[in-house]
Amino acid sequence: MDFILIQFLTGLANASALFLIASGLTVIFGVTRIVNFAHGSFYMLGAYLTWTITRALWDWGGREPALFIAGILLAALAVGAIGALIEMVLLRRIYRAPELFQLLASFGVVLMIQDLALAVWGPEDLPLPRPPWLRRFVEIAGSRFPRYDLILIFVGPAVLALLWFLFQRTRFGVLVRAATQDREMVAALGVDQRVLFTGVFFLGSTLAGLGGAIVLPMQSAFLQMDLAIIAEAFVVVVVGGLGSVPGAFLAALLIAQVQAFGIVLVPKATLVLVFLVMAIVLMIRPYGLLGRPQAHARAATGAVEPVIRPAPAILGWAGAAALLIAAAAPFFAGPYIVTVLVELAVFVLFAASLHFMMGPGGIVSFGHAAYFGLGAYGAALGLRYLAVPMEAGIVLAPLFAGAFGLVFGWFAVRLSGVYLAMLTLAFAQIVWAAAFQWVEFTGGDNGILGVWPSDWARGKGAYLWLALALCIGATLLLRRIIFAPFGYALRAARDSELRAEAIGLNAVRVRLGAFVIAALGAGLAGGVYAYAKGSVFPTYISIPKSIDALLMVLLGGVQTVSGPIVGALAFHTLFLTVLQAFTWWRFILGLAIVLLVLAFPQGIAGFVRQRWERARGPEAA
Amino acid sequence: MSATVLEARSLSKRFGGVHAVNDVSLAVRAGEMLALIGPNGAGKSTCFNLLNGQLRADAGEVRLSGQTLTGLPPRAIWRLGVGRTFQITATFASMTVRENVQCALLSHHGRIWTFWRAARRQFVAESDALLAQVGMLEQADRPCGVLAYGDLKRVELAMALANDPKLLLMDEPTAGMAPSERIALMELTKSLVRARGLACLFTEHDMDVVFGHADRIIVMNRGALIAEGDAASVRANPAVREVYLGSGETSGGH
Repeated sequence: MDFILIQFLTGLANASALFLIASGLTVIFGVTRIVNFAHGSFYMLGAYLTWTITRALWDWGGREPALFIAGILLAALAVGAIGALIEMVLLRRIYRAPELFQLLASFGVVLMIQDLALAVWGPEDLPLPRPPWLRRFVEIAGSRFPRYDLILIFVGPAVLALLWFLFQRTRFGVLVRAATQDREMVAALGVDQRVLFTGVFFLGSTLAGLGGAIVLPMQSAFLQMDLAIIAEAFVVVVVGGLGSVPGAFLAALLIAQVQAFGIVLVPKATLVLVFLVMAIVLMIRPYGLLGRPQAHARAATGAVEPVIRPAPAILGWAGAAALLIAAAAPFFAGPYIVTVLVELAVFVLFAASLHFMMGPGGIVSFGHAAYFGLGAYGAALGLRYLAVPMEAGIVLAPLFAGAFGLVFGWFAVRLSGVYLAMLTLAFAQIVWAAAFQWVEFTGGDNGILGVWPSDWARGKGAYLWLALALCIGATLLLRRIIFAPFGYALRAARDSELRAEAIGLNAVRVRLGAFVIAALGAGLAGGVYAYAKGSVFPTYISIPKSIDALLMVLLGGVQTVSGPIVGALAFHTLFLTVLQAFTWWRFILGLAIVLLVLAFPQGIAGFVRQRWERARGPEAA
Repeated sequence: MSATVLEARSLSKRFGGVHAVNDVSLAVRAGEMLALIGPNGAGKSTCFNLLNGQLRADAGEVRLSGQTLTGLPPRAIWRLGVGRTFQITATFASMTVRENVQCALLSHHGRIWTFWRAARRQFVAESDALLAQVGMLEQADRPCGVLAYGDLKRVELAMALANDPKLLLMDEPTAGMAPSERIALMELTKSLVRARGLACLFTEHDMDVVFGHADRIIVMNRGALIAEGDAASVRANPAVREVYLGSGETSGGH
C-alpha cells in the first residue's frame, strides 16, 4: 500500500512539470496553429538559465530558498522573452506558410539552440548544488518522500488556477480563447494579431522555461533535454486535446502516473507504455480527452495543390546522366565517395517513400523513420535469429516494415492533420523504445553488429550497384504508381474525400494502401542501409531521423514528384559538407533550414517549377 | 408509364428532438425530373443525404430498381448506379478536367488498385465523350482548381454520368450560378435525362428553375411532404402558398 502511495505522489510531482510544458505548447498551438518543436528547447533553456542565475544569486546572497525561487522566476521570464523574440524575428514571417514549414523552421531553431547551449554551458551535465533545505524528506506512511517533490505537487494545480484566472478574467485571456476558436474572426474584429501572437508566445515559452526550472533540482541540465521532453509534451498535448489547458492537466496526470507505475511494473517498457496509452486514447477519442474537432482553418494561402504532370524530358535525361555517373563512380572515385553514393541512394528512396504518402496522399508522418528502422532491424534480426543471408534479408526488410505499416496505418489513416502526425510519432517512439529498451532481443543501445552483405556484393562497386538498382528502382516504381490509377485515387481522396466516396472510392482503404506502400519503400531503404553499414542501432528510428526525412521532402517540395529526390540529394550533400567543415554544424544546419523556409516556402523543386511555369504561362503543360 | 427507378418509403430521421425527416415517401421514374422544394430547414438536404447514404435513416427504406439501398455507404450506392452532384461543388482540384472524369471511369471499371499503366492514357475517348456531352471538352486540359463555378458544375455532371447511372441526385444544382448559366445547365440536364432515360431528383431554391424544368414537384415543410404534383397544381396548392407566404408569388423567392 505504502509503495503505491509513494509512487502515486511521485507521479503527481512529475505531472506538475509535464503540465507546465504541455500547457505552454497547447496554448501556443491553439492560437498560432504552430506545432512548435522549439518548445523543448525553451524547457532546456529554462533549466540552464536557472542553473546560472540561481548560482549567481546564491554566490551573492547565500543559499536561501527565496533566492532559488527568484532564480526560477527570472529564468522563466528570460525564456519567455527569448520565445517572444523568436516569434517576432522568425515565426511571424511564416504564419501564412504551410503548417509543415513552420514545423521545420521551429526544428531549425531547435538545432540552433542546441549548439548555442553547447557553446555557453559546455557538454557536461550541470546539476544544481543542493543546499540542505533542498534535500529534506518528509515522512509519509512510514516512507521518506522528498519535500521538494511534495511542493511540486502543488505547483501544477496552482499554475492551472492562474491560467484559468488569466483566460477567464482578463481581456488578454478572452482574446486568446477567442483566437483559439477562430483567429480570422478575431482579426476581423480589429484585434492586432501580432501583439496577441507575441503575447501568447511569451506566455507559452515562460511556462516551458518554468517547467525546465522546477525540474532542475531533481535532475541536471543537459543537452538532450529538449528532444526528450518534446516527445512527452506532444503526447500530453495530444492526449489532452490540442488547445485545451484543462485537457493538458488531465493528460499530464495520466501520463505521469503511467510513468510512475510503469517504471516499477514494466521497467523495460515504460516508453512503450506511455505511447500505447496515447494510441489507445486517440482510438477512443480521436481529438483527445477534452479536445474538439479542429475548426477547419480557413486556407490562409488559398493554395490549391497543383496538377501533377510528367516531368519535362530534360529532367529525365539529367536524372539518367546522374545515375550513370554514380554507377561509374567505382571506376574513378575512392571508397569514401562510393559509400556516400550508397547512402544517397538509400536516402532518395527513404524520402521518396515519405513523399508518396505525404504529397499525393496528404498523410503527414512525423515517424517515418520507424519503417526505415524496422526494415534495418528486420534484416538484422533475421540474420541474428534465423541466420538468413543478405538476399533474403533484403526481402525481409520491406516485408517487416510493411507489416507494421499495415497495423499502425490502420489506426493512423482514420485521423487527419496534426493528430495523425502525432499518432505516427507515437508509433515511431514505440518502435524506438522497443529497440532501445528491449536489450535481450534487439541489443538495445549497442545495436546489432555484423550485418554484412553476401560475398558477391562486397566488392568495391558491387554493393553500390545493388543499392542503386534496388533504391533507384523502387523510387522509380513509386513515381510510376503516382501516375497510375492508384496514385490518382490517392490524390482524389486527398483533394475531396466527399467526391472520392461519391465516385465509389474507399478513401480510408486507399490511404492505408499508400501507408503500407510507403512503409515497404522505407523498409527497403532501411534494409539496404543496414547491409551498407554492417550494423543497426536504435538511432535509425529516432525523432531526428524522421525529421531528416521530412526535411528532405519539404526541402525538395511536396507538390512535385521530383521534389524528394532533389531534396534528398540536397539535404545529404548539405549535411555532409556542413558536418565536416564546421564545429558548429547544428547551428549552421538550423540556420540553413530557417533561411530556406523563409526563402522558399514551396521547397527547392517547387520554386524551380514555379519559375519554369511562370516563364511558360500558368497553364502550360 | 416508365419504370420506377428510385423509391423511398416512410423515411424518418431525428436529430435529438428535431424530426428532420418525418415519414417521407417518394418515387422517381426513368426519364423524369423530380424537384424537391421547400423553405430553409424543411429537411430537403437531410432527405437527400438519407437517399445517397451520407446519413442513416432511423426508419424507412430506400430502393433503387427494387434493390435496397438502406444502410449502404455512399460508395456502394454509387456502384449500384447513383450519380451525385453537390450543393458546393466537389471535384479534384489538383487534376485536370479530363483527369477528374478519368478518375470516375477508372473507379467504375475497377482499375483503382492498379499500379503500372499511366492513368492519363486510360479511358481518354470515354472521358472526352462525356465532356463533350456537358460542353466541357475545350477545357479538358485545364486544372479543375482554376475553373469558373458554372464549369465545375458541368464537370460534376460529367463525373456523375461516368458510371452510367440510373439515377442522378443533384443537390441544388444551380446554387451560386448566374441566371443564364442556370437555365443552360438545367436544359443540359434535362436533355441528358431524356436521352439516357435517367431518373433525376434535385433540390432547388430557384423557382424559375423548378417550374421551368421539373416534370413533377414535391414540397417539404418541417420534415414532412405537404404537396406533390405538376407545376400548376403545386403553384395553386394552398398549403404550399402558406409555407411560402409573404412572397405572394413563390417565383424568385429564396
